[in-house]
Formats: sequence, structure tokens, C-alpha cells
Amino acid sequence: MSIKAQFRLDYPGFALDVDLDLPGRGVTALFGQSGCGKTTLLRCIAGLERGAGRLEVNGETWQDAGSFMATHRRPLGYVFQDARLFAHLTVRGNLDYGMRRAFRRGPGADSRGFNSIVELLGLGPLQERLPERLSGGEQQRVAIARALLTVPRLLLMDEPLASLDHARKQEILPYLERLRDELDIPLIYVSHAADEVARLADHIVVLEAGRAVAQGPLAETLARIDLPIRLGEDAGAVFAATVAERDAEWHLSRVEFDGGELWVKDSGVPVGRRVRVRILARDVSIANSRHDDVSIMNLLPAVVIAHAGEDHPSAVLVQLRIGATTLLARLTRRSAQRLDLAPGREVWVQIKAVALIG
Amino acid sequence: MLSSPDLAAIWLTFKLATITTLLLLLIGTPIAWWLARTRSWWKGPVGAVVALPIVLPPTVIGFYLLLIMGPQGFVGRFTEWAGIGLLPFTFGGLLVGSVFYSMPFVVQPIQNAFEAIGERPLEAAATLRASPLDTFFSVALPLAKPGFITATILGFAHTVGEFGVVLMIGGNIPDKTRVVSVLIYDHVEALEYGQAHWLAGGMLAFSFLVLLALYTLTGRKSQ
Amino acid sequence: MRLLFFALLCCATLVRAGEVPVAVAANFAAPAKQIAADFEKETGHKATLVSGATGKFYAQIRNGAPFEVLLAADDETAARLEKEGAAVAGTRFTYAIGRLVLWSGRPGLVDDKGEVLRKGDFAHLAIANPKLAPYGAAAVEVLTALKLPDAVQARLVVAENITQAHMFVVTGNAELGFVALSQVLKDGKVAEGSAWIVPANLHQPIRQDAILLDKGRGKPAAEAWLNYLKGDKAKAIIKSFGYEI
Repeated sequence: MSIKAQFRLDYPGFALDVDLDLPGRGVTALFGQSGCGKTTLLRCIAGLERGAGRLEVNGETWQDAGSFMATHRRPLGYVFQDARLFAHLTVRGNLDYGMRRAFRRGPGADSRGFNSIVELLGLGPLQERLPERLSGGEQQRVAIARALLTVPRLLLMDEPLASLDHARKQEILPYLERLRDELDIPLIYVSHAADEVARLADHIVVLEAGRAVAQGPLAETLARIDLPIRLGEDAGAVFAATVAERDAEWHLSRVEFDGGELWVKDSGVPVGRRVRVRILARDVSIANSRHDDVSIMNLLPAVVIAHAGEDHPSAVLVQLRIGATTLLARLTRRSAQRLDLAPGREVWVQIKAVALIG
Repeated sequence: MLSSPDLAAIWLTFKLATITTLLLLLIGTPIAWWLARTRSWWKGPVGAVVALPIVLPPTVIGFYLLLIMGPQGFVGRFTEWAGIGLLPFTFGGLLVGSVFYSMPFVVQPIQNAFEAIGERPLEAAATLRASPLDTFFSVALPLAKPGFITATILGFAHTVGEFGVVLMIGGNIPDKTRVVSVLIYDHVEALEYGQAHWLAGGMLAFSFLVLLALYTLTGRKSQ
Repeated sequence: MRLLFFALLCCATLVRAGEVPVAVAANFAAPAKQIAADFEKETGHKATLVSGATGKFYAQIRNGAPFEVLLAADDETAARLEKEGAAVAGTRFTYAIGRLVLWSGRPGLVDDKGEVLRKGDFAHLAIANPKLAPYGAAAVEVLTALKLPDAVQARLVVAENITQAHMFVVTGNAELGFVALSQVLKDGKVAEGSAWIVPANLHQPIRQDAILLDKGRGKPAAEAWLNYLKGDKAKAIIKSFGYEI
């Protein structure tokens, strides 16, 4: 089960040239800065753009040298950055649009499927409204439901949150997380926002100037320090953990991960739940010995693996290992030299902030 | 007051404008769709031909229509070969002339409406399993509705006001080609100002009401 | 002092060659041009010709158009202007009499007795609007005089003026039509197709009258032009174009 996508597309001043092998389930993020070709790649996969190459989705050929399946024949769902609801139809009409047509071509959503998707995205009370009477977040939820109701075998999302303000993003993100957990089809998610990717993706493809410069499982790839693309302030590690204990007195939770444990702010996640932990490189500092006389709660022993220069000559990015988990720390070059952080050196890491995401 | 030839001319004008408008909606819509979306080199030339009636004096159009629909013209040869006979001085000929003459007033509003829709909703429809034809009927047409309203009103009104072309290819035959505008001209030229006033006043009122309706409708839409 | 100035001004216009704006009926534009060329050569005055429909000229003259002479396509317009005081009384005269011809672009269709009208071997017969054009009125008189069957009536196509009637026939959309002889005459004979020059006794003469307009009163160039039009040289030109006089 996988998605094999190989495309070449030349525009004046821009060329897309990728050969990808993506997992056939879970969320794959196409990540990169604007203009790197991630949307173009997504459009090629949808057949909205006709690149030369081939595309195979879980064993089914959608495009190769001799054939090109038109977009409307591809069993996919597409969520655009701008929701693109049909202005002349109500929410209900928009939802029915793709559902009815998908039903004619094969198995579509039944009324149970319809109700559960409407419920999943909280659209119950909105159905008789016209799109112009919806907020941006509501529009995007309708667009997601509309795509899902075609019962796609591949879901494509092109920065579905990019046109929304912070509050609206927070409104949609939980829906996307539920979707990720409940959906058993592959989702390809285009984004330039590292926090979204860290929160949602299982797999990541980093694009730069039309080429894939890195791809792999999310945690592994984000913790690499040799990527030509610099995440800057967004650089950091993401890894899985389990809630092990909730401390009612201090309102803290203890999470365990492969290599140690962390104390985080209690956000109501029950004990035993798998969570994703994100630690930004700028929130990690390093000491040669253990200091207990600091305010920082999370002190862990680690081993230096490697370091690399950052986009500013004063900074370095240090890769560390705690058990089986990789962490990134951003330091000044001077500090790195003073601490003599050669690979293999045992140090203490001080973690100022931990985010539980999803 | 209005005489019976006047009433006959009014009825004929109404019939001509109605059929012309319906034909133009049928013919003009695919042309407008093509013009709005093509990247072909032919877009320029075809768009220019459609727009010609806006710039050419109607008598010039009428004269050329007379030539090409005549026995030596290629349209005339075709209609004779097809057993229809020659078109000038017939209602059918008037219809052909009106369709050509009012074409830009129908095609351009529809084309503008299609262009305003853009690619986005059409792409969205494709990702929702709609074939291009399906998309045209279920998305493009409903979204272009204001353009169709404008096109219908302008096409109808422009055909009612048509004069130069009718003068050339009509032959002023009662019940067949003598429309209101020609009759007004005849009344004026014959110095029958009284009758001319009745017809011209009616036409003025009609045109005003039509345009008022148009601006009210489109004005409300844009609010 | 003012009188002296006025006298000088008058002398100046007398000495200098004048210019006369003439409104010419469309059907007479070609002969008028030829006459104007000779007129300028012989008198030094210049005739500026504007051709158009007589009915429109009437409306324009009544509303202050700067024409000094009118060469009308009929005899009613000049008379009306005279009666209404927009023209100089007593200056009206017939400068040409039009001849009606039944003409077809097709050789052999029209015989020299007009029998084709009776045989009815045609789909459309073009005439000028009898309400508006003297040639149209004459054509209707001819049809009445010949006592033609009603069937012919149904095949009439009515052009707004004689120019358009001619166009209907030239393009072949009407097989034949009543047009002005001046329209089909070239170098003294019918150049193309077939024609029957309708005998003058079958209709009222198509008189084309000229008149000196109010704006031309006392203008030497205008008076000279009208006199020249009555002269033998002008008459020869007029006849060569298919008019009588």
C-alpha cells in the first residue's frame, strides 16, 4: 500500500521534478516555503495540472506515459485553501453535490455516513445556510465534509488553514485531528506551517525549488540537522509519548517517552493516552553537569550526536539523543565551543517548554 | 392612435425580438463559454468578429448581409441549395440579420460572467466527480445567471431598436419584415409626425422600462 | 464710417469669387459634380455639393442649415419651402425630369415592352417607397396603369429610397426593380443586364425642382449657379445622365 508519484513539469522560471514513494495510509505533509512547488505537486496528483510522469495510488494507476485519468474520474477528495464552496447552493446543496455524483460512479456515502460526517465536522445547524453567510472556518469545515462525502480513496488538502486567522485555526485543528485518527485513507496535506505539520503529519516530504530534499517519518525527519531547508524558529523535535500520571495539586502531567519522562502542564488528557510531544530547539539548553538550582523542571541526561551551523553565523543546531529519541537544541556558537560539545559527549539538557500536540 | 399596420408591426417586432433572443442564448452561450476559457490564437479574431456589429454602421452590415445572402453570396447559394430559398425580404432573413447584429449584446455579458466565475469553482466541481459537461450545467450556468439576465434584456432591447439592418434586408413587407423602427422612419419621412410620435413614444417608454429593469436587477445583485 | 465699411465689405465679396453651398438630391450627385467642375472653370465661383435625401434636407433647411441652393429629388419640397418662406419666391424651376426604368441585372429577363411583369417570372420586384420617393410613387402608377394582377403586389419589396432599390437589384436579391434611368445609364446606354425604359405617359413626370434658398438671397455665387444650371452646357450633361429636360 503506497502512493508512487513521479512528476516533471516545466514552467518559465520554475520546474517541478519529484519522484516520491509515500505511505498508503496516514497523513503525509508536503512541507516547504511558498513557491517551492508543493501546491503544484498536489494539483498534479489531483490531475488539475498535467505534469509528465506517472502516478499510482494503492495499486491503481491514475497516470502513466500513455494514460491520464481526468480529475473527475479519480476517487479523490480535494480541500482547497479557499474553500471554493458553490455560491449558488446551500451548505446542504454543496454537501450533496459530490455525494450524489460519487454515488453514481460507485459506492458513495449513505445516510449514516452522511450523518456521521456532518456530525464529525459540526455542520448540523448550518445546512440551510448559503456559503456567503458562513465564517471562514465554517466554510472550510463544509469543504472538508463535501470532499469526504465522495468517499475518496485519497484525500488531498492544500493549506486548508492558511487563509484563516489564529482563532479559526484553533477551531478547525481538532476536527482535522479527529479526521486523522478516524480516517483509514491516505491524506496528503500541503503546508508551510511547521506547527501544523508537527501536529498532524506522520510522514513528511520537504520540498525546495520543485525538488524533494528530504522525506521520511515525521520525528526522524524533523530531527535531522543536515536539511538544506532551515526551519529557523520552528526547528525542533516531535516524538510520541504516553500520559503516565496527572498531579492534581500542581496541575501537571507526567508523560513517558522512549528514553525518559517529562513534566508538562496538565491539559486534561487522561492517563494512558498516546500524545505527541513537540520540543522546539530554541527551548532547549545544555549544561555539562546537572544543575538542580534552576527553575527548569525537565532535566534529562543526553548524548551529543552531531551539530551543524545555523542560518545566522552566531548559532549552531545540536542534535542529541535521549534513549531512542532525538532532540534538537539551538545554542550560540560560542557556548557550543565553551562546552566542548563534540559528538559522543554526555551532557544534561534543560527543557524550558514542552508542547503536547494532538 | 395606433393603426392596424402599426399593431401588426408591433407584434412582428415582438416576435422577431423574442425568437432572436432565444436563438442568441442558444448560439451565444457556447461561443461565450469558448471565448471565456480558450487560450487559442483564434480567441482574438473570433471575439473581434462577434464585436463587429458594435462598431460597424448598421447599413454596412445590412449591405454585406444582402450581398452574402443574395444569389451570388455563399450563404445565398447554400440556402438555395438546401431548398430554403433566398433569405432577404423574409422573416427568416431578418432573423439571421438580427442574430448577427445583436450577437455582441448577448455574448459579451455572458462571456464576462463566465470569466468572472474563473477556474476555481470548476476545479472544485471536477474534484467532486463532475464531468466537464456536468460542471457547465450544474456550476457555470447557475453562477453566470446575472450575465444571462443582462444578455437577455440587452439582446431583446437591441433587436427591438434595430433599424439599419432591417432596412437593408427587410424590404418593408407588412407582417413579414415591417418592424416598428422601420415604420417610425416611414412615418417621419412622410412627415406623419402624429403617428410617428405614438410609435416612437411607445418605444421610448418600452426601452426605458427595459433598461430600468436591467439596472434595478443588476444593481440589487451587486449590493 | 460704418456705411463706408459695409460698402467696402460688399465690394470685396463682389470682386472675390464666391462659394455656394448646394444641397443635392442623391440621385443627381454625379451630374451635379460634373456641372460644378465646368461652373468653377467658367465663372470662378465654387459650388460645394452635399448630397443626401431630400426629406432630410427639408428638415435641415427648416432648422437653419447653411444651404443656399436646393436641388431636390421632387417638385413638392421646393414648392413647400417657397410657400413657407424658407426660399426665395419665384426662383423655383424644374432642372431635370427623371426617367423610370424597369431593370434587371440578368440579361434577357426584362423585354422591351415590360411583358415580364405580366408573365411573373420573378420572386421579388423592388420599388422605392412610394410614400417617400417620387420614383416609388411613379412605379406604383405604372403598375396601376398596366392593370397587373394582384400577385405582383405580393412580390413587391419596398426600399426606403431609389438607391436602396437599385442595391436590391444589383445584389440579385430582387430579380428586377423600378429604378432611375440615371442609375443604370453609362455612356448613354444601359450598361448591364436588361431594361425597359418605361414610357413617360404611364406615370406623372418625375420633376426635380431647384430653388434659391433664403440663405442664398442676394448671393452672386448662388444666383450664378442657378443660372448656369439652366444653360445649354448643363442641360447636355443632365441629359447624358439619363434625365430629360
